[in-house]
Amino acid sequence: MSAMLLNKEKWPDFVGKLAGKNLWVPRADGDAIRFAPAAEGEAPALDYSNSRVPPKQAVFPQTETLFRFKVDGEDLEVPQIEDQTVLLGVRPCDARAMTIIDKLFSWDENDPYYLKRREMVTMIGLACTEPGLNCFCSSVGGSPASTEGLDLLIVDLGENYLLEAVTEKGEAVLKDTADLLDEAKDDPIQQKEKIIKEAEQKIKRSVDPEGIPEGLPRLWEDPLWQRVSASCLGCGTCTFLCPTCHCFDIQDETEGFESRRCRTWDSCMFGEYTLHTSGHNPRPTRRERTRNRINHKYSYYVDKFDVIACVGCGRCINLCPVNIDIVNILGQVKEAL
Amino acid sequence: MRTNNNPYIPYNATVEDTWYETGGERAIKTFKVVLDDEEVRKNWNHCPGQCAMIGVLGVGESMISISCSPTEGEFLRFSVMRMGKVTQALHQLEPGDKITVRGPYGNSFPLDEWQGKHILTIGGGIGQAPMRPIVEYVKANYDDYGGLTMIYGARTSGDLCFKGEFEDMAQNDELSCHLTIDVEEEDWDHNVGFVPSMLMDLNPSPENTIAITCGPPIMIRFVLENLKKLGFEDAQIYTTLENRMKCGIGKCGRCNTGGMYVCKDGPVFNYATLKEIPEAFA
Repeated sequence: MSAMLLNKEKWPDFVGKLAGKNLWVPRADGDAIRFAPAAEGEAPALDYSNSRVPPKQAVFPQTETLFRFKVDGEDLEVPQIEDQTVLLGVRPCDARAMTIIDKLFSWDENDPYYLKRREMVTMIGLACTEPGLNCFCSSVGGSPASTEGLDLLIVDLGENYLLEAVTEKGEAVLKDTADLLDEAKDDPIQQKEKIIKEAEQKIKRSVDPEGIPEGLPRLWEDPLWQRVSASCLGCGTCTFLCPTCHCFDIQDETEGFESRRCRTWDSCMFGEYTLHTSGHNPRPTRRERTRNRINHKYSYYVDKFDVIACVGCGRCINLCPVNIDIVNILGQVKEAL
Repeated sequence: MRTNNNPYIPYNATVEDTWYETGGERAIKTFKVVLDDEEVRKNWNHCPGQCAMIGVLGVGESMISISCSPTEGEFLRFSVMRMGKVTQALHQLEPGDKITVRGPYGNSFPLDEWQGKHILTIGGGIGQAPMRPIVEYVKANYDDYGGLTMIYGARTSGDLCFKGEFEDMAQNDELSCHLTIDVEEEDWDHNVGFVPSMLMDLNPSPENTIAITCGPPIMIRFVLENLKKLGFEDAQIYTTLENRMKCGIGKCGRCNTGGMYVCKDGPVFNYATLKEIPEAFA
């Protein structure tokens, strides 16, 4: 795969070339960054830590119509997913997260909505040079310049961006923008390696997951679950904003004579999530829900799909209103083992 | 009607017949359902123990046990307790009305493995719904099995499902059918007492026997204890689990018990597997 250089002065032109497709870019929204369809001529600044809502929303929307139907009708209309989408500025952890939930959406029966969107998306990543306060990607199999799940990786080299194609889709982007690019020689590659090495050293949080997947079942009744969930408000932020959380609800909505069945993000941190119609709840309190969240990510998912369902993006730590900290929980798990 | 192999698109079906099994606020109504599309109907292939998502467009879907055996014909039966929004809407349905069906979902009872063995089903209340297809299947293939004993109980005679069918069975010498209710009633000529104690009274031999139990959690707990007292090994005991479900295909997340998805890895579980999952009886 090829690597090219893009002078930063040509950045708006580069983004302009991508604009023919359904282009999503990171955009400042108050004090947060969110991914949104690009406005005409919009060239995002690549100076953010990460978006608040992970870019999974482009392939797994928060609310999505499964099919439409008329009241008293039998014909179902399934929305067609036809748009080629480009996601620009995806952090490596979030791209890796999609490869992790790909496994869920394609095991046994395929999920046609998710997989079609995945097929139609080109992911252009942005390597991390300044990891966030609570980033711990390198503990769980990622790195600031991981290319897993990406089609093209952008590395900020100061005056230039280094553009490395990872897949055929990435090569196609380089080809489409060839007149803006220069050949990348040995120097920029060495420069990149130095920058990434420095970035890795700037990661402050860490946990060694060794022993956790096999060990968690032994801690089922450990007092730690009461301890780590005591302050939980059950708001669900940790799961809603998690790039590997994939759970959803299915609901029917009717307005006038038009109805739709849709799915929306759901959270295992909500009591209703598992509530039986009889009133019985197999996970009645936040202790059981927190235990399930950690077990699902660090044990069940590993058993089923051979990968930890956490990429160390730090969102659940950064955005928890009561400072519940997954790295700290995992530390307590290790201690209890 | 299912297009592009989209597992979220239900099949259209028609309610052919309905009747009430029990009355009261939480009445149980049975629906005999026929899939509309001939090809879909021919390709439908469920096994005892499996479930289906049945629903009403505009209201939603619920995962319900298929309470008939494929040996009974090209139709499906569901016995539904009126509980929440979807089951309320289902209870409004009458013969000729439309219903949606997705499935069949989940694993099933390993009836092939059980050939040559004596089959003992122990059900309570609506928990008889997944037991009934086993009973019907074994009745239809009686020579392949070493006999059939059925224990079924409910709080009152009015709470027993499929009572008419089992009254006939109780007269049949080939099958051993035992009905019980919790408290004495006039004109009740079967057993009085809880299901777990009736199991002890019958004292079935564990030899070459498979025991399957389904019912309220408290009943299951005591049935399991009593089966152990009778000398049953864990591997000889099966039960079914239920949890809230939305997708039925192992994606939406919520039905997990430990690392198992009840919709995919269940609903049928061998007790030897189940007792290793701390959350299974939560």
